[in-house]
Amino acid sequence: MKYALFLGCTVPARARNYELSTRRVAQALGIEFTDIMDFSCCGFPVKSVDVKTTMLLAARNLSLAEEKNLNICTICSACTSILTEVNKELKENGELKEKVNEKLAKIKREYGGDIEVKHFARILYEDIGIEQIKSSVKKSLEGIKFAPHYGCHYLKPSEIYGNFDDPEDPTSLDELIRATGAEVIDYGDKKLCCGGAILGVDEDISLTMAKKKLDRISTRGADAISLICPFCSIMYDDNQRKIESQFETSYNLPVLHYPQVLGLALGFEPKELGLQMNRVKATEIINKLQKGKTES
Amino acid sequence: MLGKSTEAHISFGELDPQFKYEISKLPGGENIKYCFACGTCSAGCPVREIDEKYNPRRIIRMALLGIKDRVLSSDLIWLCSTCYTCHERCPQGVKITEVMNVLKNMAVREGYIHPSFTRQVELIAAHGRLYEMDEFDNKKRERMGLPPVATKCPEASEIFNITGILKLVSKSKSKE
Repeated sequence: MKYALFLGCTVPARARNYELSTRRVAQALGIEFTDIMDFSCCGFPVKSVDVKTTMLLAARNLSLAEEKNLNICTICSACTSILTEVNKELKENGELKEKVNEKLAKIKREYGGDIEVKHFARILYEDIGIEQIKSSVKKSLEGIKFAPHYGCHYLKPSEIYGNFDDPEDPTSLDELIRATGAEVIDYGDKKLCCGGAILGVDEDISLTMAKKKLDRISTRGADAISLICPFCSIMYDDNQRKIESQFETSYNLPVLHYPQVLGLALGFEPKELGLQMNRVKATEIINKLQKGKTES
Repeated sequence: MLGKSTEAHISFGELDPQFKYEISKLPGGENIKYCFACGTCSAGCPVREIDEKYNPRRIIRMALLGIKDRVLSSDLIWLCSTCYTCHERCPQGVKITEVMNVLKNMAVREGYIHPSFTRQVELIAAHGRLYEMDEFDNKKRERMGLPPVATKCPEASEIFNITGILKLVSKSKSKE
């Protein structure tokens, strides 16, 4: 199974732990990544300003993977939605594709429309499969409780994703977490947006949105949040201390990228998964796991 | 800006009856006229739940009435968190998240842009990505066993010249 790994902007700069754990887990499960250095921003941040620029940025990125005859694996949910959306629009609308290619010709690129884009979590869920993951587990995470955070763009707009999961009642991440032996904690406002997209527009609203979810989860006895988008992680992990001091509260709730969770179950050491880079330290989880190891 | 956009009084002189047609001609804006103001969008909106000044139903209603200048000059349209909750639930198939994007795109053309987006456009146009990456970052990546990433992307930068968006954004910025 081969994919071009699309990192986007946030991952290589601010979520290298996510990148590292994704690469480890992929390798362990037989997913081969090709890195394309010329990939740029997916185009998502520009969509509010000019949809045409976004479309060209996305089409150019897609054309680079097409050249190598590879499907794209994304790990940021915003990148997933923009690349999927533009790919779908251009595949379905020949006239639009022609217009886009006229512009792309100026930078000597051409979009063809013969590859697919998939989020890494969806690849694990659909292509590797829950049963295969279960049978690859070397160290069960039994006894550890995770609150899944799906984020928005992994599932929505659902019309671009062919309804592979229900945006109103998603289960794919729950199943992926359970496949490691860990327990899934249900909580109110499970689908609530992290607020990341408006952090630069209105920090108060954005942080209040993140706080709301941290409040909900912390009352449910979760050991950690598990998520699949680097910007959601910025909101809950990087900004957790800020939220704590601004709202005079305390959570100390670790936030793990799902590949870090799966990586632990596959037997990788915490450091191999970049866990020392998570802002809120997952010490208790690691201790629980090591205790389990010495007992067994 | 905020005061102006939420003022209750509407004068006929400020209404542009063509506004809704302009929106519906743009990709994503097609179904705006089907809105029957049920409020499902506002009821599920996570931003509105925290701050009532953001009200998607109100923005759509204002757009349908043709209160063009107030809608486009308002700070409120920039508050959509693009979570797509309203978009998924709208019983009339109004793609509300996309409508907000259409409105923001139109606002930029009228010279209104939120400064955080000006910054994002400038960064991506300059570096090809939102965060500048240099050799120091690549050294850090190398130490972790991660491959290097490009520190520049001239083709992506060129796209901003092709669409003319960089020029447009700096023009809006000078208006601020």
